[in-house]
Amino acid sequence: MDFPLFFLDYFGNRLLIAVVASLHVFINHPFAVGAYPLVVLLEWWGWRKGSAEWDNLAYKITRVLFIITTSVGALTGVGIWLTTALIAPFGIGSLIRVFFWGWFFEWLVFISEVILILIYYMTWKKLASGLHKKIHIGIGVTLSAFSWITMVVITAILGFMMGSGKWPETQSFLSAVFNPIYLPQLAFRTTFAMILAGLCIWFMLFFFTRKAAELRRKSVRFVAIWMLAWIPLWIAALAWYWSVVPDAMLANINVALLTQKFMHWHETLGIIMAAAAGVIVLTVLIGCVTPRFLPRVALLIPFVICVWLFGHFERVREFVRKPYVIADYMYSNGVRVSELPIFQRDGILPYATYVDNHSVTSTNAADAGRDVFMIACSRCHTTVGVNSVIDKFQDLYGDGQWDEGAMSAFISSMHNTRTYMPPFPGNEKEANALIEYMKKLRSDREPIFGGQTAWSPKPSSKDNAD
Amino acid sequence: MNVIATAVSGAPIPRDLELPLPLGEFEVKVLLVVLFLAHIFFVNLMIGGSVFSVFLEILGLKWARFDSLSRKIAETITVNKSLAVVLGVGPLLCINLVYTLHFYSANSLTGYAWFSIVPLVTIAFLLTYLHKYTWDRWGGSRKRLHIIVGGAASFLFLSIPFVFLANINLMLFPEKWHEVRGLFSSLGVGNVFPRYFHFLTASIALTGLFLAGWFGRKGYPVEDKLPEFNRPELRRLFYRIAYYATIAQLVFGPLVLVTLPYSGISLELFLLVGAGLLIALMVLFLLSREIKASDVRIGKRYAFVCLLFGAVVLIMGTGRHVYRESSLAEHKKLVEDETMRFHSIETAARMRLAAGLDLGDAIGGPLTGEKVFKNCAACHAVDRVLAAPSLKEVYSVYKDNPAGIIEWAKKPGRKRPEFAPMPSFSQLGDEKLALVADYILEIGSGESANAGNVTDSVSTDTPDMTQ
Repeated sequence: MDFPLFFLDYFGNRLLIAVVASLHVFINHPFAVGAYPLVVLLEWWGWRKGSAEWDNLAYKITRVLFIITTSVGALTGVGIWLTTALIAPFGIGSLIRVFFWGWFFEWLVFISEVILILIYYMTWKKLASGLHKKIHIGIGVTLSAFSWITMVVITAILGFMMGSGKWPETQSFLSAVFNPIYLPQLAFRTTFAMILAGLCIWFMLFFFTRKAAELRRKSVRFVAIWMLAWIPLWIAALAWYWSVVPDAMLANINVALLTQKFMHWHETLGIIMAAAAGVIVLTVLIGCVTPRFLPRVALLIPFVICVWLFGHFERVREFVRKPYVIADYMYSNGVRVSELPIFQRDGILPYATYVDNHSVTSTNAADAGRDVFMIACSRCHTTVGVNSVIDKFQDLYGDGQWDEGAMSAFISSMHNTRTYMPPFPGNEKEANALIEYMKKLRSDREPIFGGQTAWSPKPSSKDNAD
Repeated sequence: MNVIATAVSGAPIPRDLELPLPLGEFEVKVLLVVLFLAHIFFVNLMIGGSVFSVFLEILGLKWARFDSLSRKIAETITVNKSLAVVLGVGPLLCINLVYTLHFYSANSLTGYAWFSIVPLVTIAFLLTYLHKYTWDRWGGSRKRLHIIVGGAASFLFLSIPFVFLANINLMLFPEKWHEVRGLFSSLGVGNVFPRYFHFLTASIALTGLFLAGWFGRKGYPVEDKLPEFNRPELRRLFYRIAYYATIAQLVFGPLVLVTLPYSGISLELFLLVGAGLLIALMVLFLLSREIKASDVRIGKRYAFVCLLFGAVVLIMGTGRHVYRESSLAEHKKLVEDETMRFHSIETAARMRLAAGLDLGDAIGGPLTGEKVFKNCAACHAVDRVLAAPSLKEVYSVYKDNPAGIIEWAKKPGRKRPEFAPMPSFSQLGDEKLALVADYILEIGSGESANAGNVTDSVSTDTPDMTQ
């Protein structure tokens, strides 16, 4: 945590990375991993049938995939690096030191994927017939494989990051494979990408074929059959995933409150999954039987349900990690497990570089509390916006006067009662200062600004920390 | 903190990450310089291509053949920009690895601008595609709109490097960090503007050289694709651009050098820049020979020019690294010392803790129900309602039944809709729960000497901040 901290009040740092990362996944899964194999299949089919209009259709779809994946897709991917640098420099900095070679390898695969996309799209018209066409389809198959491999690798790294307790002892990538959630997660992502790709390409067909045309009927049916073929696998993956979620979640959440909430939530997830599967199956069957029946707006319904389902899916993945950013090594606020005891003994402020107050005095309590908030809480909570720290206390203590003793007790024991929270990394005086700040914030609701606009320590204001 | 009477006085001295690097520091730095040059090569071509394309398209309004040339250049941008982005990840990983503290701090201090790279580059890319794929459809009356789209992409491509330059520059001067309030104020630190023009001119020179080879190569069907031009003419045109841009570098290069803050200037840097300059002069000489060469002979020296040009880039890239190293040397040393100092404090504290010293009352000493109760005190008080029933009320329900408390605490239900549901405390274990159950009944009965203490500590209105 020894960085000037970027802080986006109201919106929240957490939501910022969630938006960038989700957008990346929503582009990557349907438009790259799922769509490339489907479009290569379309191309191959057109070539087998000797149909120029079929080939041209596949080409037009590829153009859309090419534009989207090499702009929004690639940039949101790089954007994850740029955003994590802002919201958790200590976390991503440490992760790079641990997983450098994994990411380096993933980068090489990523470069290959982008080069293959460029070649596949740009040589379409040049490699048009005979052996050339075979080569072109071969390039497409390779591209599809690489696209999937990036997902295999990055899912392994994510799983490895979260595999609790494995890294310090084994330091091995195999632990990723043994992560209980890895294989079902990969199966779920893969089959889901294929189905979503079908949905997205189906949507494109409305723009690239005329309604009355025979091509519309045939291509919609083709895509619907593609989806139909994946549905059994997808449903199997859904069931597999649903059955391992409790293991993964409950291993990390040993509190019954959350267990109760979770059980309720797990049921909800099951209902959503069943509903998504039902709607998809229905859509696909209609597509197979009467390809021209569904209008384009109707496709939005399964799409929205899938997005919702996927949101839940990613939430589980994120939740398993807490309260750590690196399992058993570093908490999500950047405090290392091994430095926690001295912060709890001496306080965290004497050891913090980028704060205005290096100790709590009789006059600076609220200001020092704000500094503590910035270091200890601001990676996940805002002042009065999304996931507001004030709202959390409001939920607990209501509208009346808040009892300071109770708040203090809460701060010192919150990691026992809400196990996704890290332990408070400060001493009692700092906890009390934080309470002072909470009281002030509750009445003035004044937002605070991070290092990007407001960090202004007096030079050499850092006290000797001994 | 000691007052530092040197170039870095006023700089914050934070602690570095404690994890070791996954490979040698020297190896990461070599990797950084090489991978960065590969990335910046395509960035240069992307920016240069975009600028050329817009400029030639405007010329094309008057002389139609430049419009065709502009279009052919535009076709190269989409490939170069994809490679520029994907190749950027490697050097980003390396710089994060080896300048973790300095680079992330600069990112944070220019946070909004740093994040805005993501949407801005995305928009620039989409505009580039729009420009490329509407060339036929947006002719005639919409030609101006078409040029504006290309110009907008170009403008973004020209602006975004400021954010990267500002960061790469700001990281070198920690003593200025406390003055920085976002991107615009960071542009005043170091010598961002001379470096920007140096970079821009390099983009022009490199793109000129690239296009001289791209259109000049044997395999390029000039007759089909650009019938209004011939090959030697195209070679000469782009050689000229590379030539004049390189001459301009004779002004911008020294300007960058003299405006560099003194802190990182070293003899090595001068030697490297001197060597680079000599080779650059050879490049200029060769380029002038190429420009003057006959249509038959032009292009013969192309590979040699590229080789020397590559050498200049490699030497200047190394020079830039040498400057960075010497500029940061002192601060890095201070950070290292601070990291070590903290590490020894941390180790000492851990050892004392392990030996059972220094434990506060909360954790040290024998386990008592009172200590375990701290987990409950966030919601339960003796005779008041905080976020849950008071202990007196608990006592009235569980009098003589501590096992009931234990059972409930392990698997709580929800009796009162006005309170948030109670979390389970099964993770505390039976031993602690038994202690706390006894404690709760003792205090809740109101007969204990401890009762008063608890009430006090739980309901203090003004916590003593001076303790």
